[in-house]
Amino acid sequence: MRLVLLLFASLLIWGALGASHAHAVQPDEVLGDPALEARARALSVGLRCLVCQNQSIDDSDAPLAKDLRVLVRERLKAGDTDDEIIAFVVSRYGEFVLLKPRFIPHTWPLWLATPLLLLAALAGIILYYCRRTERSESPNPLTKTEKERLERLTGPDAHQGGETS
Amino acid sequence: MITEIGHYVLILALGIAIIQTVLPVLGTRLNDPRLAAVSVPAAQAQFLLICLAFGALTAAYVTSDFSVLNVWQNSHSAKPMLYKISGVWGNHEGSMVLWVLILALFGAAVATFGSNLPRQLQANVLAVQGAIAVAFLLFIIMTSNPFLRLDPAPLDGQGLNPVLQDPALAFHPPFLYAGYVGFSMAFSFAVAALIDGRIDAAWARWVRPWTLAAWMCLTIGIAMGSWWAYYELGWGGFWFWDPVENASFMPWLAGTALLHSALVMEKRDALKVWTILLAIITFSLSLMGTFLVRSGVLTSVHAFAVDPERGVFILGIMAVFVGGAFALFAWRAPLLSQGGLFAPISREGSLVLNNLLLTVACAAVFVGTLYPLALEAVTGEKISVGPPFFNLTFVPLIVPLLIAMPFGPLLAWKRGDLLAVAQRMTVAAIVSLTAIITALALNQQGPWLAPLGIGLGLWLIMGAGTELASRAKLFDASLGESWRRLRNLPRAAFGGALAHAGIGVMVLGLVATTAWRVERIEALSPGGTLDIAGYELTFDGVRESLGPNYKELTGVFQVTRGGSPVTTLEPSKRAFAVEKSATTEAGIYNALGGDLYVVLGDSLQDGAFTVRVYFNPLVRLIWLGALVMFFGGAVSLSDRRLRVGAPKRAKSKPSVAVTAGE
Repeated sequence: MRLVLLLFASLLIWGALGASHAHAVQPDEVLGDPALEARARALSVGLRCLVCQNQSIDDSDAPLAKDLRVLVRERLKAGDTDDEIIAFVVSRYGEFVLLKPRFIPHTWPLWLATPLLLLAALAGIILYYCRRTERSESPNPLTKTEKERLERLTGPDAHQGGETS
Repeated sequence: MITEIGHYVLILALGIAIIQTVLPVLGTRLNDPRLAAVSVPAAQAQFLLICLAFGALTAAYVTSDFSVLNVWQNSHSAKPMLYKISGVWGNHEGSMVLWVLILALFGAAVATFGSNLPRQLQANVLAVQGAIAVAFLLFIIMTSNPFLRLDPAPLDGQGLNPVLQDPALAFHPPFLYAGYVGFSMAFSFAVAALIDGRIDAAWARWVRPWTLAAWMCLTIGIAMGSWWAYYELGWGGFWFWDPVENASFMPWLAGTALLHSALVMEKRDALKVWTILLAIITFSLSLMGTFLVRSGVLTSVHAFAVDPERGVFILGIMAVFVGGAFALFAWRAPLLSQGGLFAPISREGSLVLNNLLLTVACAAVFVGTLYPLALEAVTGEKISVGPPFFNLTFVPLIVPLLIAMPFGPLLAWKRGDLLAVAQRMTVAAIVSLTAIITALALNQQGPWLAPLGIGLGLWLIMGAGTELASRAKLFDASLGESWRRLRNLPRAAFGGALAHAGIGVMVLGLVATTAWRVERIEALSPGGTLDIAGYELTFDGVRESLGPNYKELTGVFQVTRGGSPVTTLEPSKRAFAVEKSATTEAGIYNALGGDLYVVLGDSLQDGAFTVRVYFNPLVRLIWLGALVMFFGGAVSLSDRRLRVGAPKRAKSKPSVAVTAGE
């Protein structure tokens, strides 16, 4: 089934490319109620035009994108919530239609990779700083006699400290 | 005949590249300086040969020699000369020849101007460059030969994709490639340093200008692509998080991080291992960009060339170079010693933060671009990752970086005083807070984040100004003294400040146009009018005309403001007969405070047309910002300190060049 859809899609791509380059929403599609129309636009930006290459249905003038836009608006007029509309569109066209993938098991790595990497990198940097300060604090700890000598040289009564090394 | 010469010299170039790869490595192994020195003439000869090959291909395009398969597929005799020439790299085979040409150019530059480099480093760098050239020349000759002939020769060609017949897109690929390939210099220097097992500040001095030049080209290349998308794709978008855009954006992010970490290495001899790793990562991402675009694994607007065989070949090249470099890194990097110490709050520390956020942001783009491909390959499940994903992952990483950015250059090296820096930023903070409050007052219906964005943009611009002012001790010293100090500042300081201010300018444009864009979509009959953002548009009707290789339908719109005429806009649709496709040309008027953007849509009944009109406030600041960044890079590149190499000093005092540490 998926393969058939894919073939169908790639056939349509040729047609879409011919007429291509995005004319988006047509005047006759625009809803009378500005609030509903604004919701429709917000929804369409997140839905992929299935026959286009990486365009949302809001940007695309392919016939299928128009159908989807009209569909979204019909559901809105029928009083569906945004989530219901998304669920409806996904049930018909699959996850592929969502430009913002849902947080479900097979997209966990997608969503979690960046925050986890950020944490790991932060931890790495903190570790780097800690290890460096440790090393810089005691590259070669002074022996007891050296300490005494240092004390002598820098202490309150060390006025003629000619020795520097 | 010329074509056969081109084919021949391309194969000769492969031979030379093999010599350039093998002999210098042998020479440095056997301690034979004469053998190692072969790398210099080899790199120069390789450049000459590839120049000849590129020239031969260009000649075939200019003369419309349709007996050459590649010319027949991608050109047409009726095409304007500019697009005949840009057609050379407007297709897969030709663009790969351009790729190796730029690679050879960089190699020849190191050979010719690198006489003050340590001999061994130069030989190793050229050997690595040679190896990259071998791989890509093999790729061209075996899978993507542009010099194949057709017999019998067809009468005329099939034409170039009309979308590519555009001045901005004609020069978009050369800049992009110069950026991609320019990062190969950083890569070659990194690998050479790993082979040597030694690296010092002189290394960073050599790598920085190359990386900077590559970064500049990539910046302008990406900006050109975005500008093109803005006026050509017909809905006024400028960035789509399209995989191919991401493919060029990832090396840009990593390259930006590399520029900054190389700064730490040059000035403070610290972050060496990280800089080497970043150099490898940056070029790996460039290779991946080439792979993604050239293999056609992506479904995207840009993937014009689709051929899996080639994809596998480039994947092989990637595996060898990326895998090899990482293996070498794992093996040799522990030999590189640690450099200067610094506190977390310091110039170095701020650059570490810069690198952290830039690389993680780059990783976010990487995951978003490649995860769908990986998922589909493994499970067959198809998902889309679009702009909402990147807005949620990339933006939260970049915003803190931008907020922190003005602090970095004000902090002292080694140990900085955050409080003192914050005091110096008071003026900038007041200006941006005022802007935020004003914007909030003017913009009471939201979007609520936009005023903050405007404040951020101003914060960046003011921050760059603050940096220069504080370096000149403005208000602390007499005006004359400040002026003297300002004049004596190294150009790199101006360059850096300019580039940072450029980002601020870009942020202003991005925020304003995203938040306050106005749109009207209407069906207009001739004589009909439409109001937008204080302008009134009158539709005068359409006229048909003939271009050099297309038919054009132009809509004429009179634009007035308050009754007085402003301009006439003529958006059009072009139908290309040879290529059997069409493009839209938006009518754009650069008004005060934004762009008036008109697109002629479909024809309706009774001479009416769907008309789309947008007002895009401050949108040009996006590309102006990119230009300022480019210019900042150029100013920095002209700094004497970058041109005068440090290696001489390092040679005379070999103890400075840290060899195998503990």
